[in-house]
Amino acid sequence: MSSANGQLLEVNDLRTYFETEDGVVKAVDGISFRLQRGETLGIVGESGSGKSVTNLSIIRLIPNPPGKIVSGEVVFNGRDILLLPPAEVRKIRGRRIAMIFQDPMTSLNPFLKISRQLMEMTQLHLGHSKAQAYEHAIKMLETVGIPDARARVDNYPHEFSGGMRQRVMIAMALSCEPELLIADEPTTALDVTIQAQILELIKKLKQETGTSVILITHDLGVVAGMTDHVIVMYAGKVFEQAKTTELFARPGNPYTRGLLKSVPDPTAEQGKLYQIPGSPPDVAHLKPGCPFAPRCERAEEICRQEFPPFVALTADHHSLCHFAEEVFASSEIEQTHE
Amino acid sequence: MSDKQPRESFEHKMRDPALNPLGEPTQPGDRPDPDIIALGSEMAIAEADVRSAEDGEYVRGSSLWRDAWRRLLKNKLAVFGMVVVIVITVASLIGPALIKATLGITPDYIPSNDVKLIKSFPPFTGPNGEFSWSHPMGTDNAGRDQFARVLQGGQISLFVGVISTLVSLLIGVSYGAIAGYLGGRVDNLMMRLVDVLYSLPYVILVIVLLSMFRSQTARGQLVLLFVALGSVSWLTMARIVRGQVLSLKNQEFVLAARATGVSTFRIIFRHLVPNTLGPVIVYATLTIPQVMLTEAFLSFLGFGVQAPLASWGSLASDGAQNIAIFPWQLIFPGVTMALTLFSLNFLGDGLRDALDPQMRTD
Repeated sequence: MSSANGQLLEVNDLRTYFETEDGVVKAVDGISFRLQRGETLGIVGESGSGKSVTNLSIIRLIPNPPGKIVSGEVVFNGRDILLLPPAEVRKIRGRRIAMIFQDPMTSLNPFLKISRQLMEMTQLHLGHSKAQAYEHAIKMLETVGIPDARARVDNYPHEFSGGMRQRVMIAMALSCEPELLIADEPTTALDVTIQAQILELIKKLKQETGTSVILITHDLGVVAGMTDHVIVMYAGKVFEQAKTTELFARPGNPYTRGLLKSVPDPTAEQGKLYQIPGSPPDVAHLKPGCPFAPRCERAEEICRQEFPPFVALTADHHSLCHFAEEVFASSEIEQTHE
Repeated sequence: MSDKQPRESFEHKMRDPALNPLGEPTQPGDRPDPDIIALGSEMAIAEADVRSAEDGEYVRGSSLWRDAWRRLLKNKLAVFGMVVVIVITVASLIGPALIKATLGITPDYIPSNDVKLIKSFPPFTGPNGEFSWSHPMGTDNAGRDQFARVLQGGQISLFVGVISTLVSLLIGVSYGAIAGYLGGRVDNLMMRLVDVLYSLPYVILVIVLLSMFRSQTARGQLVLLFVALGSVSWLTMARIVRGQVLSLKNQEFVLAARATGVSTFRIIFRHLVPNTLGPVIVYATLTIPQVMLTEAFLSFLGFGVQAPLASWGSLASDGAQNIAIFPWQLIFPGVTMALTLFSLNFLGDGLRDALDPQMRTD
């Protein structure tokens, strides 16, 4: 699958900065990754680590000012999106790259009927007539499991529950059969049972349509169950990048290890939950050295002085750490002990 | 405004024991979640939907407007206002024609065949001082029927109000929405222009406009009046809509719309403008009386509607000259206009309360 024409998206050294009164916030600072067709990529990280900005940058939706994509390229199907004229980008949005947002309560227009919001997509991109678009909207609602779709298509968003609205968002995102679906924390605003349903739905539709997915989340459980590859982001940088199974089995970065340790283990006795000490850094005023150093268990003097290298641990496992090899090796040992 | 009420009503519906999606008797306080049920049995909820659709509960159109309508009806003053406005509007629209059909009098009919009749009669008074139904509001100096003239004046006054408000809607809403959505330098430039126009004393502006382009015909004068009033009445509307759009444009649904490739123009006019409708309706309702008052004021000064056409302002102006001898010439148009303005304001206030539940005082 890793042949050149199997590659859907390639992001190279993407940098998105925000000019604020407080200085330049480097929300995304040199991100690179690749996505194959049909693959699911997870992006995890704490709030403010640049996950969402990365994805808004991909479809050029960074509010400007204050935001600006300073450098990098986003090669989608062989074309750099960042170099396309706005009208061309608009043709890609929704048609070939679709997005699902975090809060289904606010991402549907409260004043427009569900049907109109669904129809807009296909009328715009597929040139459907009104009647065609209407039938397509009903079909899409059925696909995402809205019962009695024909009767409900003319409802307003407030007549739907949160889970139903997220289904509508998914229906909307998938109605033009995009090649890439970006789901920005699609389940964060939903409760657990509905979370599972929505994730199952995305998984199922992905298998049926062969769409590639970028899943942004801070829930490691979701990543484990849904993705093929994972990127761990911290302070606008990729801290670790690996196959999902490998990342969970053998993390090569102290930050990733901290994240994995922070997941409460339901089988363990109830006690104090682990947390990474401190809070994410202010990306407007980063000191030289590793941005994670002040919070890192493994940090030494060199971490505070020098920016860490991006170490290749295996062919597709990279980690941004001075001690990547050591952490990777010790994870391996722990693994064999267990 | 858009979120609170509907969600309440939805939860309320879910709490309704009669709507248990499984069709089983429920315990009080049992709150079935539609998604959990969908997990267990998609069929069950589908049936429930059909059933409640038959009850007319599920598939109702816009309950937002319906709720607003219900709240409006609870407001007695607003209902009073609405009724008065409707009655006066209907009377103004069909009144003159009706009078012509029954009594053969037009608003500008001067009884020139009988010189005795060319004078101002008090209400309900015939040519010889006897009681008569023919002129319930008396006549003016030229013997024209005051009642017919007040009704026709109403036609023009309301027309001026409505047309100017429509102009203000058209210009103000698009101007404000564009400025608010584009933001930045464009917004700054557009709104400074509004500020400049705001700081001009607009009555004088209107007077200058009217006297510069003075038209020979009464109808031409009327058109000028529309243009003059419309061109200044959109300023506040633009500000209101801009403020609304500013607060709306950062909401996720706008981002979602952009992420689906919708053009800027469509986002402004198809996605954002409908969301500003509440405040816009309210402000438009309150603009009508404001414009009518301005028109009356201008007519009173002699810049507005010219005879033989009449508006409430021009009638009051004529009446004011004879207030000592023929008070009815001022009282009837004056009272009618005051009543209409009051009613429109009541209606506007009621609409504001109805469309914005958070602002309710009760």
